[in-house]
Amino acid sequence: MSTTTGHSADLDFPQPEPIDMASGKYVKIWQGPQHPGITGNMSLELVLDGDTIIDCKTHVGYLHRGFEKLMEHRTFIQNFTVVCRIAVPEPAFNEYLYAAALENLSGIEAPERAQWIRTLNLEMMRLASFMMWIGGMSAAFGLYTVPNWTTAYRDYVLDLFEEMTGGRIYHMYMVPGGVRAGLPAGFAKRIREVMDGADKLLDQVERVMFNNTVFKARTKGLGIITPDMIDPYGIVGPNARGCEITRDLRKDEPYLVYDQLDFDVVSGSDSDAYERSYLRLQETRQSIDLIRQCLDGMPGDGPFQADMPNMLHWQIPPGQTYVKAECTRGEYGYFMVTDGSEFVRRVHVRGPSYTHAIAVMERLAVGTNIADIAGLMVSLHTYPPEIER
Amino acid sequence: MNLKDLLSPFFVWQRAFEKPYTTMRPIQDRPGAAAYRGFHINIAETCIGCGSCHTICQNEAIDMVAVAEFAGRPGDSGLRPRFDYGRCCWCALCVDICTASSLRMSNEYTWLTRDPTDYHFTAGVDETSWQENELGYRRAEGYRLFPEKRIEMEMLPAAESVNSFEEVVKGYSEEQAKKEADRCVECGICVATCPAHMDVPDYIHSIRDGDYEKGLQLMYRTNPFPATCGRICTRRCETVCPVGIDGEPVAIRWLKRFIVDQFEAKDYKRILADTITENGKKIAVIGAGPGGMSAAYYLRKKGYAVTVFESQESAGGMLRYGVPSYRLPDDDLDKDIDYIVSLGVEVKYNTVIGKDIKFEQLLENYDAVFMSTGLSVPSSMRIHGEDHARVLSGLQVLADVANGRDPGIGKKVAVIGGGNVAMDAARVSRRYGAEVTILYRRRISEMPADEEEIHESQEEGCSIVQQAIPVEIVKAESEQQVAIRWGEAEMVDDPKGGRPRPVLQEDRMHTDTYDCIISAIGQGSNLDYISKEMHEQLAIEWGKFTPGEYQHTTLEKIFVGGDFANRTADAISAIEDGHHAARGIDRYLNPAVYIETEQQVD
Repeated sequence: MSTTTGHSADLDFPQPEPIDMASGKYVKIWQGPQHPGITGNMSLELVLDGDTIIDCKTHVGYLHRGFEKLMEHRTFIQNFTVVCRIAVPEPAFNEYLYAAALENLSGIEAPERAQWIRTLNLEMMRLASFMMWIGGMSAAFGLYTVPNWTTAYRDYVLDLFEEMTGGRIYHMYMVPGGVRAGLPAGFAKRIREVMDGADKLLDQVERVMFNNTVFKARTKGLGIITPDMIDPYGIVGPNARGCEITRDLRKDEPYLVYDQLDFDVVSGSDSDAYERSYLRLQETRQSIDLIRQCLDGMPGDGPFQADMPNMLHWQIPPGQTYVKAECTRGEYGYFMVTDGSEFVRRVHVRGPSYTHAIAVMERLAVGTNIADIAGLMVSLHTYPPEIER
Repeated sequence: MNLKDLLSPFFVWQRAFEKPYTTMRPIQDRPGAAAYRGFHINIAETCIGCGSCHTICQNEAIDMVAVAEFAGRPGDSGLRPRFDYGRCCWCALCVDICTASSLRMSNEYTWLTRDPTDYHFTAGVDETSWQENELGYRRAEGYRLFPEKRIEMEMLPAAESVNSFEEVVKGYSEEQAKKEADRCVECGICVATCPAHMDVPDYIHSIRDGDYEKGLQLMYRTNPFPATCGRICTRRCETVCPVGIDGEPVAIRWLKRFIVDQFEAKDYKRILADTITENGKKIAVIGAGPGGMSAAYYLRKKGYAVTVFESQESAGGMLRYGVPSYRLPDDDLDKDIDYIVSLGVEVKYNTVIGKDIKFEQLLENYDAVFMSTGLSVPSSMRIHGEDHARVLSGLQVLADVANGRDPGIGKKVAVIGGGNVAMDAARVSRRYGAEVTILYRRRISEMPADEEEIHESQEEGCSIVQQAIPVEIVKAESEQQVAIRWGEAEMVDDPKGGRPRPVLQEDRMHTDTYDCIISAIGQGSNLDYISKEMHEQLAIEWGKFTPGEYQHTTLEKIFVGGDFANRTADAISAIEDGHHAARGIDRYLNPAVYIETEQQVD
């Protein structure tokens, strides 16, 4: 029987060459943790030879709030308000997975209407998150017009969230057992209006950002992820799909009502920064389509919450579960252990940023021009908050 | 590089002519969405201060603070939630859990003040500009954080129950009890409302934990009649249970019964482990009803030698002779009583004070006397012909049945009255095969009997004639029968704001013939055993005592409790009187100890 220590020896992980810093040939600079960009509060320790990066070490911990531990000391319902804070731009996936994990462990099933509403909510979340990401990506390459368009338009999506859930950022809507309320009257009409506008906007973004010589010149060939990296590095989502890996949990292991929606997994051929970005643009359009499908397919009435025990002292039988969903950046997962008490014994949140922003980033950074490092990081679409739960 | 990619970005200029997205906040007001989770609103009048909002808040942003305006309101803790906006995260779980649905949120979201302490505010009490706001987050219909409906109790179907004295209520299974116990929000308003201040949330908690022994121990701290009260308590706790405001109250009584039903009488000694250290003092208790036996239990625990004098051949008082066994089986009553007796309480049965032993002798021979002889004399209807042989008293009928004697009611019976005794007499009559009509002077909704008793008596086929005033008892053709002349009544509002009064309508009179008429319009006390002189000294009015703080009377050594010494005249109040009198007697006999500790408390 063999024992596993760290990673397997036959994988091609670059082994760091000793760098002679005393030679005067190299300079070490830090990007972050105070960096005005959506790379967020983490830092890259970069060693440069001229303006080429020859070594990159990532440093995290600036955002550590101990969510996983905190959750062990709060009742199940109280955690419902905590989990959304784990990934600030995408709270909904945390809400959904937390609820799904508890439902799994306690044998409760959310009613059908709640499942449709949850799907709608998650796709709206994907749309809002991509809108913000598009802004970050173009800004990282000096195109400051597009962020003004997309982050502003994202606010219209946030308006929808505000109307639907009562909150713009932290929705706290997908409660264990279902959702907190049905859709407000006339809501579908307003969603469709916003979606029509988003269609138009994305066309404009494509013309300005993607059919753009400068953007193409700087992003094509930047940070290439090859298919052989996918499994060893645990690369998921658009980063993986960029190189013909058609993995998408919505298709592979359908949850909620994804098996009733009509869509194809989008994939690219060559996962460089451009390919990944263009793929995300297509997924944003796909999200809009899925939102429309949700509105068409959703039952008009019926319960939106299962019969629940008293939330003040909800005890969940001993057990463990792993639930996962496809967030904008790939597989998002919650591993949860319960021991029969009113508190969760252990929660582990698996965010895709954990691999993308650390191991993958350290590898892709080597050989990159210092001017492209921010763009490279954004092209991996990482959220430091979810690295440090 | 291709030309298209070079030119395409210049498309941005087209947007220069479009309307900007930007809203002009704060120059232009932008109201929150209709269901926005903004600042808190509390309808303080509706709120009962159960504190569920405080319990669920993970940020400890809610404190329950006393608000003078609501102090002492029945079923109200007198507390109201105070919010700390330095901690609040506007998750609105407080709104979701709110039992009274008094808490909600406005869609207002900006608040500027120079004084940071303003951000601690008691919603609905402190003035805010958004209190009347009609928009904002509300708990949606169909969304609840605890089950609204109680676990249904299995009952003997009326068609069967009417044929036997088998217990009607079947009791919860373990699974049902746990589910029902889960509904409790542990606010403790029931504790304040229960006359005996039973520790309801904790014994319900013990059911959730499956620790029934602890539950039994908790119950005996305040009530040595849990098997009885688990069946027939008037359960004022349930009337104030906040879960009942927008749903059905927690079935506190059935849960109490569930705990007791888990044990046999022989287990009690081991579980309760009451240890007694004799203190050499002797107490006499008159009447072995719930009040007397409760006093005996708590006095015995304090080490007193207690002798209970009971005129009947068994203990239990009204519980045995007034409550039919389909509501309270003898075995369950015995479970409570036998445990008390097993602690060394001496009960002298068939002993009538004033006849077999003089009251004065008790005063002489014992260190203190606790009187708890209750209300045992049926009240008169004060109408002509009442002394007819076929006019029976409800109490007598019930006592006959309890003693296994045929009450001799015949096949067609009228019951006069609307209290529990009337309902019991009616239901017992049904079990003896009689056709029963209940005549009540007011409306059904005003009957003093328990709602469930009224409901069950109707289920079992008793017909209730409301607004019927008996006027005269008349001889019937047969001596085995009796007739009653009664008139319909109109309800007239009391100009002083009291409850509406029934007024006889002389033009609408009826005369009906029955095999017997059971009068059950109330009871009075029998205090023949105390001397006239003492009667005056004790300041007894209308056969009732007004005891002092420690159930003491105006005379040394004499303590009173039970139906003739409280206004509610139910078992649980008598039990508390007994418990309280035990404290009072102990205090009276050991003043030094108490004065010292009371001073320490001060």
